[in-house]
Amino acid sequence: MNRDLALLIGILVSLFAALLLWIFYATLVGDPVARLGPLALEQLPASGVSHPVTAVLLNYRAYDTLLELAVLLVALLGIWSLGPAPSGFRPAGPALTVLANWILPLAILTSGYLLWVGGHAPGGAFQAGALLGSAGVLLRLAGHERAGLPAEAAQRWLVVAGVAVFLMVGLLLAAFGEGFLTYPKAVAKWLILLIETAATLAIGATLAAAYVGGRPPGIRSPCPSSESPSSGNPSSGHARS
Amino acid sequence: MPLLLLLFDTILLTTLIGLAIAAVLSAEPRSAVMLFIAFGLWLSLVWARLGAPDVALAEAAIGAGIGGALMLSAARRKVRRDSGGDPSHEPSGCDASGDPGGDPSSNPDNTAGEEAQ
Amino acid sequence: MNAAFLYGSAGILLFALGLWSFLVHEPLLRKLIGFNIMGSGVFHLFIAVAHNGDGAAPDPVPHALVLTGIVVAVSATALALALNSRLEAAAAKASDAEAGSRGAPERAPSSAHHLRWPSQ
Repeated sequence: MNRDLALLIGILVSLFAALLLWIFYATLVGDPVARLGPLALEQLPASGVSHPVTAVLLNYRAYDTLLELAVLLVALLGIWSLGPAPSGFRPAGPALTVLANWILPLAILTSGYLLWVGGHAPGGAFQAGALLGSAGVLLRLAGHERAGLPAEAAQRWLVVAGVAVFLMVGLLLAAFGEGFLTYPKAVAKWLILLIETAATLAIGATLAAAYVGGRPPGIRSPCPSSESPSSGNPSSGHARS
Repeated sequence: MPLLLLLFDTILLTTLIGLAIAAVLSAEPRSAVMLFIAFGLWLSLVWARLGAPDVALAEAAIGAGIGGALMLSAARRKVRRDSGGDPSHEPSGCDASGDPGGDPSSNPDNTAGEEAQ
Repeated sequence: MNAAFLYGSAGILLFALGLWSFLVHEPLLRKLIGFNIMGSGVFHLFIAVAHNGDGAAPDPVPHALVLTGIVVAVSATALALALNSRLEAAAAKASDAEAGSRGAPERAPSSAHHLRWPSQ
């Protein structure tokens, strides 16, 4: 790009930043506004969990989290619609393999811990799911073609699990309870845990599948096999996984 | 506010912005991505300081970890393509679907195992 | 108050830096890094505003918003990278086939095949 244009854009962006800074300062020194924080902390005993962030995510603003899971799903569908996944890496050498063998069980265990601890301390479905997803990334780097995910059909169920369970709980509550995603106080904790478990699995599977970067290598081929010029090659990927 | 704490905060933020500038100005894709990962990890440190351990955990795992891994593999592909690697082996389209395993010796992606050691 | 302004303005600076990089740099990977730094700046501003001084409980609502925001940002990044790699592969195959049709005619038939949209 043209150097003068880059400079001009830099000056304009600086002016914009100065304006934002001034607005931020004026907001800070101005009259304090009503915040949602005290209300959220005050209603915490009724939410079913004792950690405020989890209460906001899964109870007060459950709609937000539901739609966020849907965004994640749509992004993965977009990636899948772009074509099949690139082939996996060659199986790693001994150092990475041993490292993966040590780290993977720990990652899965820590993920379960984070999921459980989210009810009363920092943690929850997002962190646990992210850990599962990075375990999948590690597996893919170590040579597992599908990043530890199951075959295509099971993978599809897994990535919709979060949205599906969330919606199902919401609809059941709307039909028999007090309203869409309004948890009865007695079972709030268990409903939140159920949703979080499904969300953890879905987030982990979605992130790992996004790293794989294409439709899972399934049995069905979208192209007629006679057209494929490389069909004569030995297909080592299936044998490995 | 205690002066020491202000000093600590200033150092945290200066390093944060320094890392961001370095990541943005780095023209080499791989080092840019690595600086971005360092930036994300530092950012999660700053958020832990600001009393947001949940968000710090998520940023370290998702933002820096998985986002960084995604960008790193894209950067590797780019470096390989720019340095004259044969792009015809790039798995995409219908070619790869007939042969998901690929030929391990000719695929440009297959060096990750070696690099990771 | 002082710390809040310090941390919040760092977020605004990060936003501006990312915006500038997003606008002036050509390669998609650099644009994406700028885009992510822009988002990080916004997240940082949220976290700084949620901080109620040392010792006091922070506001959990912005924290939850940022948590969802991080996941959405990373999924957008993943989608952008997948689109880019598909695009680059298609472009490389097109130029490859073009060069092939001039030099070695036997490679030409693959061009139409590679540029077709996936049929599903």
